[in-house]
Amino acid sequence: MPEFIKPFAEITPHDYEMLGLKAGIEIHQQLMTEKKLFCRCPAGRYSDEYDAEILRHMRPTLSELGEYDGTALMEFKTKKEIIYRINRETVCTYEMDDTPPFEINQEALEIAFEIAMLMNYKLVNEIHISRKQYLDGSIPTGFQRTTIVGVDGWIPYKGRKIGLIQLGLEEDACREISDIGHQRIYKTDRLGTPLIETVTEPVLKTPQEVADVANIIRWLVRSTGKVRTGIGAARQDVNVSITGGTRIEIKGVPRIPLIPLLIYNEAMRQYSLLQIREELKRRGITEKTFKTNVKDVTHLMSKTSWAPIAWAIKHGEKVFCVNLKGYLGILSAPTQPGKVFSKEIADRVRVIACLTRIPNILTSESAEETISSFVWNRVRWTVEANSRDALILVWGNDQDVNTAVKEIIIRAKEAMIGIPSETRQALADGTNGFERILPGPERMYPDTDLPPLEITSERIEELSHRVPEPIWEREEKYRQMGVPNHLIIPIASSPRSKLFEMLVENTNAPLSWIYRFLFENVIAWRRKGLPVDQLDDAIWETFFASAKDYPALLEKGDKLFEDFLKNPSASFEAILQQYIPPRVRESNLPEIISKAMTDKIRAINTPEKRHRFLMGIIMEKCRGHIPAKRVGRQLRQFFHNQKGKK
Amino acid sequence: MSDNYKGYRDPALRVLKDNHVQVWSDVELVTKQGGFKGIILPRSETADARHIVMKLRNGYNIGIAVDTVETIKEFSRKEAHYKIPEKDFPYDPKKPKVKLLGTGGTIASRLDYRTGAVIPAFSPGELYGSVPELADYCNLETQKLYGVFSENMGPEQWIGTAQAIGEEIRKGIHGIVIGHGTDVMHHTSAILSFMVQNSPVPIVMVGSQRSSDRPSSDAALNLIHAVNTAAKSDIAEVMVCMFGPTSDQYGLLHRGTRVRKMHSSYRSTFRTISDIPLAMVDRDKITPLRHDYKHRRNDRDVTINTAFEEKVSIVYYYPNMQPDIIDSLIDNGYRGIVIAGTGLGHVNKPVYPALQRARDKGIAVYMTVQTLWGYVQMYVYETGREMMQLGVVPAANLLPEVAYVKLCWALGQTDDLDKVKEIMLTPIAGEITEREPYNGYLIYQGGIPEVEEFLRGIKR
Repeated sequence: MPEFIKPFAEITPHDYEMLGLKAGIEIHQQLMTEKKLFCRCPAGRYSDEYDAEILRHMRPTLSELGEYDGTALMEFKTKKEIIYRINRETVCTYEMDDTPPFEINQEALEIAFEIAMLMNYKLVNEIHISRKQYLDGSIPTGFQRTTIVGVDGWIPYKGRKIGLIQLGLEEDACREISDIGHQRIYKTDRLGTPLIETVTEPVLKTPQEVADVANIIRWLVRSTGKVRTGIGAARQDVNVSITGGTRIEIKGVPRIPLIPLLIYNEAMRQYSLLQIREELKRRGITEKTFKTNVKDVTHLMSKTSWAPIAWAIKHGEKVFCVNLKGYLGILSAPTQPGKVFSKEIADRVRVIACLTRIPNILTSESAEETISSFVWNRVRWTVEANSRDALILVWGNDQDVNTAVKEIIIRAKEAMIGIPSETRQALADGTNGFERILPGPERMYPDTDLPPLEITSERIEELSHRVPEPIWEREEKYRQMGVPNHLIIPIASSPRSKLFEMLVENTNAPLSWIYRFLFENVIAWRRKGLPVDQLDDAIWETFFASAKDYPALLEKGDKLFEDFLKNPSASFEAILQQYIPPRVRESNLPEIISKAMTDKIRAINTPEKRHRFLMGIIMEKCRGHIPAKRVGRQLRQFFHNQKGKK
Repeated sequence: MSDNYKGYRDPALRVLKDNHVQVWSDVELVTKQGGFKGIILPRSETADARHIVMKLRNGYNIGIAVDTVETIKEFSRKEAHYKIPEKDFPYDPKKPKVKLLGTGGTIASRLDYRTGAVIPAFSPGELYGSVPELADYCNLETQKLYGVFSENMGPEQWIGTAQAIGEEIRKGIHGIVIGHGTDVMHHTSAILSFMVQNSPVPIVMVGSQRSSDRPSSDAALNLIHAVNTAAKSDIAEVMVCMFGPTSDQYGLLHRGTRVRKMHSSYRSTFRTISDIPLAMVDRDKITPLRHDYKHRRNDRDVTINTAFEEKVSIVYYYPNMQPDIIDSLIDNGYRGIVIAGTGLGHVNKPVYPALQRARDKGIAVYMTVQTLWGYVQMYVYETGREMMQLGVVPAANLLPEVAYVKLCWALGQTDDLDKVKEIMLTPIAGEITEREPYNGYLIYQGGIPEVEEFLRGIKR
């Protein structure tokens, strides 16, 4: 039976090489646009309030074979009711599929092209909108409108070029609220938000490489300043395969740091499933010799006190037993940390047969205290089980339990092929679970609602001027400028990096002050809840230009900016003036000196001491305006004149 | 133009020819930017001539500007052959026989994923392949009468459809479903209500607002509802069967002469105007909402009257309309004019001389209301009375489109304007109602607290 080769903490790149790990990543990043992609609803406005609900079903359209097989039809019959909650402010009839699309959002399109250029894609001259089918209901039309703006891009990583298959521009889907039994509920506010999808080639060899590349792509797109940030604004899917395995897509990785563990677990799952396949082969179980025995065992369960089955019996549900001949030990074979093979089956039963009350199956290999051995024995007898068999009990209403039994057999059979093609879902603990059967390789067809749109070379030329310098080039530049290591990436990936470079070049302010203000103080002010978005380029330029004449401003800057941000009505100039003392001229000096000349000072009897003391007081007013040398000269002149008067 | 270059014109056509490739060639196309691998697709006739469309390996389509193309290398050529695998529609002697007549519009279809083309499904076998539930209701037969877009339906198709219905009824069919595009479905339902009289069986018109290739389409459910109605319903009238709400819940059966498409894109676009629908229908049952319908009979006695005069027009009145609009109809030999007037049925005075001229030329002029809901009432204001003196006949609460097709039908039968008037004002298929119930006019206004409350309450 399968054993994990090594725990996560100890596994090395060499181990991954032995496993033949190949991984790639897809990054979905929302764009910062005012409106949605194909309608004029506001983007990025979320709320739990809703005004109405709409009910839809997703009907499978004909497959490539042009007909439904029994399973597909059964799946449709045990289908989900999809409920969409709609808020008048964030959703219109377009998202609800009651109005055809409006023209594509040009702002989104331009951002996508800018990013495509940033990532060295070959650009598309004429975009064609396609429909990508989704039957889970996450998009009310049943498909996502999507287009690609570029193919075959690349980014540099460790001296390699990491290939990027395509850059897609598409509409975001609904957010799921719940999925219980035959009803799935979605929030619709996020639906239709423009996002780009960046897909790498499956050329990454370790989980760490995947995380690194994910980070590079994230920083790169952020450097445009035109993407959304915050929870849910960027989501990752990873795809993983090992030698002999199948390319498995794991959807919805919320945070990049989770990626390594997730990939490790999937690699281990594939390894384990391959071991299980070998074991079945050893036992001589093949497509031809595979046998099951299915029986309704409801009548044997009437006295069961184990809560899940007792509940089912009480509610008039059926209990079925599937005897998987010769499968002893397979169901309890580990697949992922804390999970065994029967979990693969339970997942399918949950999703396909809609049996969402967990646990939804019970196996003869469960180590827990469940139904009595007396009942188990009667069940075994009923399904004619011998000591080499494995049994699964499943319960639900007539129709669902029927679907479940079929699905259990399908998944058990798939153990013989190893790793079935599935889309899986990332879970919080780093493991993953079944999400849906992988749709056909091509589930894309043209969107007849919108004509192709030409992107002229003139327009591309114009957009190319907006593309920021790639971060890898900026990183090098900043290193040479002497930016401290921990700030290189944050500055390089910031949309304000251009501003940073301009300030360094145009003002004489020390580098350390500029990055401190731009990338540390701003964050601190934002955390205090100050409206830092008001600080535009002109303000920064004015500030640092003033500091050139009056360096003390730099020390006072923190307070100055806070003053400004707390007084939304005040102009920056006005606040700035409060921090710069009025201009002192040399002609004002006699007056300043005589004012400073108090009795206390007169009482100092050493002339040198008196001079030094006075210099201190006077320079406080003159610093930045009159050089100390000249002030000293005037002061000596003053004393000289005084002497004369006496 | 050769099919091998479908939709391509110069300069794109020249580039394809120069490189010895054509539509369906699997190629690597090299441009100044680099290579693109995929299949060359046909180009839409309305698109420009400067791009070549390719389906890439990843399933996406893109357009490549021909002026950037350097070389195109062909690997192979695979023509797509569209065919829907048929599955025999199961025959059950206990189930009624229903006929589906096709006029155009796709009720069901399948996708060719390789090219992205949508292929219509129509034969019983094809339909069974895409909507197998139909076999739960009936033994289905199909006949394709026409293949036209909704807006191209006209007298020829209306007459042909009415005759086909007559034939089916005489052969003993149990119910008829007519697949139809939705745009002018209410024109067709109205004229069929006049041409096919005394039908012993349900005649159900159905279409879809969302194309059948999409998982959220209303097509399959509409078809199921229509077939259920044709097979089981007791209502032997011409009806339109389309979604009630936008949610997948139930369909409504609208009387063919009182129904109108009221939204350019909503699923629930068809509404009964100034009255309530005949019934609700879902997968399991038909729930009548009223009882004054014509009941199903066992005989085969049907009257088909396909009279039709084409020289009839609708004039939609607007302020400052000039008499030359009416004059030009008179001068072009029109025999009938339906006016959609303002309010209770009015036009402005400058048009009067033209109306008088129409009367003098023996042209039938009928007044309807552009408010759609409510009756024409030409006694209330003097202008109305004046117009009646000019020979304009108030057409009660005939919907403008219904008045139009009925006037075509009436003038097709007689030249005698009194007889025409008798035909026009005598209701034969519920096109004029004696009374408008209080709930015949319901357009709830969004935003009002109690309406919002109601919407939240009914949930969808």
